Amino acid sequence: MVEEIVVKDAKKETMVDTAAVKQNVKIEVNDLTISYAPHSHGKAALSDVSLKIYENEIFGIIGPANAGKTSFLKTLNLMNTFDANMKVDGNILFNNRDIHQLRNVYALRSRIGVVFPLPVGLPLTIYENVALSPRLRGIKDKVSLDQIVERCLQRAALWDEVKDRLDSLGSLLSGGQQQRLTIARALSQEPEVLILDEFSIAVDPVTTMRIEDVLKELKYEMTIILVTNLVQQAHRLTDRTAFFLDGKCIEIGDTEALFNGEVKDPVTMDYIEGRFG
Amino acid sequence: MLKEPQSAEFLFAISALNVKNKKIQKLYSILFLMMTLLLILPVLVILGTLIVKGGSMISIDFLFTDPINGMTEGGVFPALLGTVWLVSLALFISVPLGIAAAIYLSEYASDNWFTRIINLAIINLAGVPSIVHALFGLGAFVMFFGFGTSILAASLTLAIMTLPVVIVSTRESLQAVPHAFREACWNMGATRWQTIRRVVLPNAVSGILTGVILEVSRTTGETAPIMFTGAAFFLPFLPQGIFDQTMALSLHLFVVSTQVPNVPDALPYAVALVLIGMVLLMNSLSIALRMYLRGQKKW
Repeated sequence: MVEEIVVKDAKKETMVDTAAVKQNVKIEVNDLTISYAPHSHGKAALSDVSLKIYENEIFGIIGPANAGKTSFLKTLNLMNTFDANMKVDGNILFNNRDIHQLRNVYALRSRIGVVFPLPVGLPLTIYENVALSPRLRGIKDKVSLDQIVERCLQRAALWDEVKDRLDSLGSLLSGGQQQRLTIARALSQEPEVLILDEFSIAVDPVTTMRIEDVLKELKYEMTIILVTNLVQQAHRLTDRTAFFLDGKCIEIGDTEALFNGEVKDPVTMDYIEGRFG
Repeated sequence: MLKEPQSAEFLFAISALNVKNKKIQKLYSILFLMMTLLLILPVLVILGTLIVKGGSMISIDFLFTDPINGMTEGGVFPALLGTVWLVSLALFISVPLGIAAAIYLSEYASDNWFTRIINLAIINLAGVPSIVHALFGLGAFVMFFGFGTSILAASLTLAIMTLPVVIVSTRESLQAVPHAFREACWNMGATRWQTIRRVVLPNAVSGILTGVILEVSRTTGETAPIMFTGAAFFLPFLPQGIFDQTMALSLHLFVVSTQVPNVPDALPYAVALVLIGMVLLMNSLSIALRMYLRGQKKW
């Protein structure tokens, strides 16, 4: 198992070089429209969004509440199938394959790690929280599980705080620790894409900075989609940023360029500079 | 007109209104306390009467010997054993069925006309009077299926009675597990069953168990449903299998209090005491279990 991980890492190292050119499209979204059937009064939560997310980049999505950010994320791993009211049109390509034609949605979801705004530590031990996904994949060997748990907790900057009490409940950790636990859990899926939906909402600034440092390293191994309410966080972390407003994607561009004022729509600038509304 | 700025002294002074509010508050708390005490009263009176009038007859012998002399002497062993038989078999049937149905309704079913009809049926089933269940059991299990008056027929009737309660209490325990846990699990690529098996059920099990144990105590006391379907007035032998009739404590109590002449006064009280003792034992078990499991709060 160790060798396997090392081999995988080596493979990813080589991919990083090619990713510098930013040509591998990880996720491609075409004309995505989302509406919530009985409550929307015909208004779409998201309309005609088309964008590409490249491999090994941190793709930021900013925008005020009700912009459709979370709805957008839900469609990426087909979590919309759990919400009967949610109507989704348009196609989404994952590794250039249409996800709506997938036979195995569970495999897709396991390749996409999701971190929610409010940390959800499952009511299992810290160890089991992180070992759950490997177990679901069928890994039973105790030694491999131990390694995965330690590795993921270390990467999520939580290992040192919990290594002596892996048997205590994950759901009773403090907010910041729980959020790092959910990141560790997402990493235990060995995901290709990591989605973070306003992860820092319930986390103190120091922990936020630690997680941000972790993300900067993780980007060499996976693609990260970061939805955030903190414009400065998007600036600090992301390579490219999309601005959502009222269910529309107003702007997509290089983060640096956006923050330097190269915008198509002045509204974006207003939002970035906090002159909004 | 503006008021004078109030001095700090004002905050520490007690006004007439404060005094009045305090009095009213005290009055209400005493009132509610009295109401609560009133609730305990019947329990104390019932238990007290039973213990005073029948307590002297209770002994190990009373529990473990057969009734003799036309049920005017001896113990209650066949009835006690019969009740254990009936209740265990009834729950053995209704608990797995009920839990499975509750899992389906809580975790799999979407909200449509079909599930709404099922829910309506469950509520109505819970409201059916026990004598109607008894007649249904007589028609269906005793006659149609040909089980005869037997432990099986009586247990099946009891099972149908307890089923809706098991379903409702299980479903509530499942619903008490926060939805966010399920979503987190689904997001990891877990199937519904994996989520139920690893996250939902382990955290609902305390509530489910509590509900089941409470059902045991309720079923123990049921008389009407077993009267026509499997419980006997008097049997000189113990049941050998599920197709035999059996005596049962609840029916035995009815019989010795109303149907048999020359019963010593203390006997019905003693039988009632054994019955209520069983129920209280089950209830305290359930409360203890709930307290133990609640102590291990998980979120």
